[in-house]
Order: sequence, then structure tokens, then C-alpha cells
Amino acid sequence: MQNIQQELRQFVIDNFLFGHGNGNLRNDDSFLDKGIIDSTGVLELVVFLEEKYHIKIHDRELVPDNLDSINNLVRFLETKLQHAS
Amino acid sequence: MQVEQFLELSAQRSPDKTALVCQERRLTYREIEEQSNQLAHALIENGVERGDRVAIYLDNSVEAVLSIFAVLKAGAVFLVVNPTTKPDKLAYILNNCRAVALITDSRKYAGVEKYSAQLPFLNHFFVTGLHATPPNDRRLKVLSLENLFNGARFSKLPLPKKCIDIDLAALIYTSGSTGKPKGVMLTHLNIVSAATSITTYLENTTDDVILNVLPLSFDYGLYQVLMAFKVGATFVLERSFTYPYAVIEKLVREKVTGLPLVPTISAILLQLNLQDFDFSSLRYITNTAAALPTHHILQLRNLFPHVKLYSMYGLTECKRVSYLPPDQIDVRPSSVGRGMPNEEVYIVDDHGRRVGPNVIGELVVRGSNVMKGYWEAPDATNKVLRPGPLPGENVLYTGDLFKMDEEGFLYFIARKDDIIKTRGEKVSPKEVEEVLYGLEGIAEAAVVGIPDEILGQAIKAVITLRDGAQLTERDVQRHCSANLEDFMVPKFIEFRDSLPKTSSGKISKRELAVPVGAGE
Repeated sequence: MQNIQQELRQFVIDNFLFGHGNGNLRNDDSFLDKGIIDSTGVLELVVFLEEKYHIKIHDRELVPDNLDSINNLVRFLETKLQHAS
Repeated sequence: MQVEQFLELSAQRSPDKTALVCQERRLTYREIEEQSNQLAHALIENGVERGDRVAIYLDNSVEAVLSIFAVLKAGAVFLVVNPTTKPDKLAYILNNCRAVALITDSRKYAGVEKYSAQLPFLNHFFVTGLHATPPNDRRLKVLSLENLFNGARFSKLPLPKKCIDIDLAALIYTSGSTGKPKGVMLTHLNIVSAATSITTYLENTTDDVILNVLPLSFDYGLYQVLMAFKVGATFVLERSFTYPYAVIEKLVREKVTGLPLVPTISAILLQLNLQDFDFSSLRYITNTAAALPTHHILQLRNLFPHVKLYSMYGLTECKRVSYLPPDQIDVRPSSVGRGMPNEEVYIVDDHGRRVGPNVIGELVVRGSNVMKGYWEAPDATNKVLRPGPLPGENVLYTGDLFKMDEEGFLYFIARKDDIIKTRGEKVSPKEVEEVLYGLEGIAEAAVVGIPDEILGQAIKAVITLRDGAQLTERDVQRHCSANLEDFMVPKFIEFRDSLPKTSSGKISKRELAVPVGAGE
């Protein structure tokens, strides 16, 4: 889990914060509230998750509850990986 | 007629109708009317006078909608500032128009509060979502919006009218070629005229349900709520299009009839898997900001065969210029149509003489929708508002090059100046260049717009570095995103050893504006 969290943080920081702000991004920060991600970003995030973790994300799963913070992402991903194995 | 009457008349006609749906909240026309009256009373009691400027610095939210109408009800002038605006620019705008109050949320308040000393004209913060009552011993008073709405202190009853329709209703800040934003002054008459023309050709009625994902700081987004309230429709407000499926589900659930788009949103929409959704309630889609690529038009027509698709064009200085009637979209997909009702448009040459069909010239707009001018910027105003056919009247020179076919349909060619239009927003290259020059290591910077099918134009920065400086593309984008609104951050960064110069030593931008990937 620690691993996944680190990987996700790194992806978000590299791609949406232009490598900046490692110290400022808290795990429960809403990407929406912080203005970190836009709709193109959501689609990039999904491509990353699908390729990296070999999962299939369904359209209806693209909601803030699953994707809108590091914590939400970790929780969502763990559920997906459990169902996959 | 005044703009706040859009709300007041609809609240009289159908007080219990749902006016606004935003996240989990649903408000009736009566609730919006009463709460905006409360806020208007509070503004007045705190010293806001007729004609004062009040800034709204909020994400798309219930409070943003209430604030717009409350400011107008108080007889004041509202400006909605893009919520991604950074402190320096926010301070410039607030000081430029000498705003007396700022309505914002607790998170943004925490950011702005540090800069209070740089805001000598501001007297009050009205803040939503405050957890604790902030100390009120300072020069700048802080009031909680929730306390104000939930308490009995401020009346829910309407206020006496102070303004007439040639008074200012709004300022909308837009990029200028000097690099500093300019406030477009809109009177009540300007807004009422534009809203009347647009709702006429869109055939809006009280049965419409309009879904808006565009920021209310963008005039296209702002007008959605004004027009919805004008016709007594239901307005569904989303913060953004970040989670497209959540928005689509809402669209289906709320039986949305009207969907305003820009090309970036249509591009995302067309990537989604939409076959399981029921779009039977959708009546029309509008597009403006940049022309839709022709293959998007075809795909949207296939996806929504029963929906009327309006291709439109406009600029903040007059709101909207033209629309293409939906039955023409298959006939002339690259046209942005004709002038809207109660407005005249024509094309002139460099001497101001009208030109014939298919001749390229500058587009001129004549109508009561044309702005009053730029706030306290007479030189800039005189450049675009020039004498028209009638003695004493002014018409708007758009700075956009167009041609018109034999039947009067308009085709956009290019901008006359170097202003970039990206995602429907104007960006001054100078403003971006000034930020770039603020980054240690940059010797020279030139910012140009390059053609982009989706964005209209994409921003490209071409940079030379000082000796020994080591900057990456990411360093530059990071610096820009910390200092500029999101839409102004360059999409492409190119490093060069030197920049091409003209004989007078100026950077030659013409040579730089080569599309990325166009064989070098």
C-alpha cells in the first residue's frame, strides 16, 4: 500500500504539478478543490492506472469518490486489485 | 429593464420552481431571490453604494450565483474573477477597479488575506465556509455568508431600485495587448440586449434545463445563468467538466435540454462511451470560443441526431456577434453564421469602408449589446469603439479579420493583433512573456499562438537561456503555473540558441508561429 501511495503521488506530482509541491500535496487534498486536475488530466490518470496496474476502469467509476485525492485513489485501486486477483 | 429583474420577475411568476441545482443543493426561485436580497441588504449596510465595484472570487457555486444578483440588487457593479487567478493579478484587478468588497470562500480568503495591505480600496471580505469567526479588529472587515443567510439580521424583502439601464452592471476583465488586463464595462442595457437576442434565437423557454460546466468568470458561462433566470428555466451548475461521467449522469438525471460547449469539452465528450445514456431530453448544444473542427460537428450530429447544434462566435466586448442557424450547419460547417437579432455586423477595409462579399476585412459590430468601453482606459477604448453611421454613436471594431459570403454568412480568418485565443479566452503574449522574464536563467522569451484544432490556438513559448543556465521544459511550466491562470500556461516550450529578429531588432514572431511538428 505504501508503495502504491508513493507511485500515485509521484504520478500526480510529475504530471499535474509539473514536478513541484511534493511537500504541499496532502493525501486527503481534493484535486478539484486544489485545482490540480482537469478533465484531460482525469483521462490521463485513467490511462496511467490501467496500464500500470493492469486493471480495467469502467466509465461509471470515473467519479470523485474514486479519483479525487491520493487517499481515494489508493482505496479505489486496492478494491480493484482485490477483485482482479 | 435591469439585469437583477431576470431573477425578480421569474421569482414572482414561479416562486416554487427549481431555479438552481448545484452539487447536492436545489434552490427555488424564491430561495435565490430571498437570499440574494439578504446579501444585498448586508452589502448596503456595510457601505456599498450605487456604482461601487464588488468582486466575486469563487468557484462555480450557489454562493457565486447569489452574489451576482445580490451585488446588482445593491445597485453595485459585479465582477467575477477566474478562481485560478493568482494573487498579483487579483490585486491588480481589485485595485484597478477599486473594488470595495470581495466575496470568496475560506480557502481563497486564506490566500488573499496575506495581501490585504496591498488592497487599499477594499473594505470588506464576505466569506463562505468559515470555520471560526476571524478577528474583526482589522481595517478589513470579514463577514460570514452563512451567518448572514441563516440569521434574521438581514431582510429577505426586495430593495428599492437605484439604477437605470445605462448604469454599469458588470466588469469583465480580458487580456489586453499591453499585457495588463482591461475591464470591459457592461451596462444593464448591454446585458439585457445580448441576453434577449440570444434567448430569442435559442428559443429558450421556462421548460429549459440548462447545464453549465464553464466558469462564471467567462462571459459564456456567466450568460448561461443570466439567460436561464431571464426565461425562468432551471440552471444546473457544475464546477467543471473534470469528471465527465458524473456530469453526463447529472445531465440525464436532470433531463437537461441545453448544453453549452467549447471545443475542448466537445473533444472530451466525443472520447466518452455514451451509448448507454438517454439523451432524449436534450434539445440544443451551443459552441463558441473557437470554431468546432468539422469532424467534431459530424460526430456530434451522429451522436445527437435530434439535437440542434448552434455554432457561434463572440467577444466579451459585445458578448455575442453571430450564430449559425442549426439548419445551416451541414451546409456551411465552417461558418459562424450571421449577426444575431437586433444587431448589425459588417466588414470594413483599412479605411473603414464596407467591403463586398468574400473580401477579407475587419469585422464591425453595431448594437445595444456593444460595451460602454474599457474601465478607465480611454486610449484602449478609442481604438475599438469608433464613430459609426449615426452622428454620436460608436461601433465596435473587433480586431478580428473575417469575410462574408454572398448570403451574409461570416467566416473567421485571423486576429489583427498578436492576441492569442485559446480555449475561448484571450491571452496577451506580453503577459506570459513578463512572467517568463521573471524566471532566473531566461535571457529572451517570445510567446506565440500556434494553430490547434481543439484549443483554437495553443500557447507556445520560445526561449533562449543565459549562459550556464539550466532550465527544463517542466521548470518553465511550473513557474508559469505558479504565476498565471491555468489557461495561460504554455502548452509547448521550445529552447533555442537565439531568436529570429527583424531589421529593427525586434523578435520576429511570424517565424516562431510554426505549428509543432510542421517539419523543421
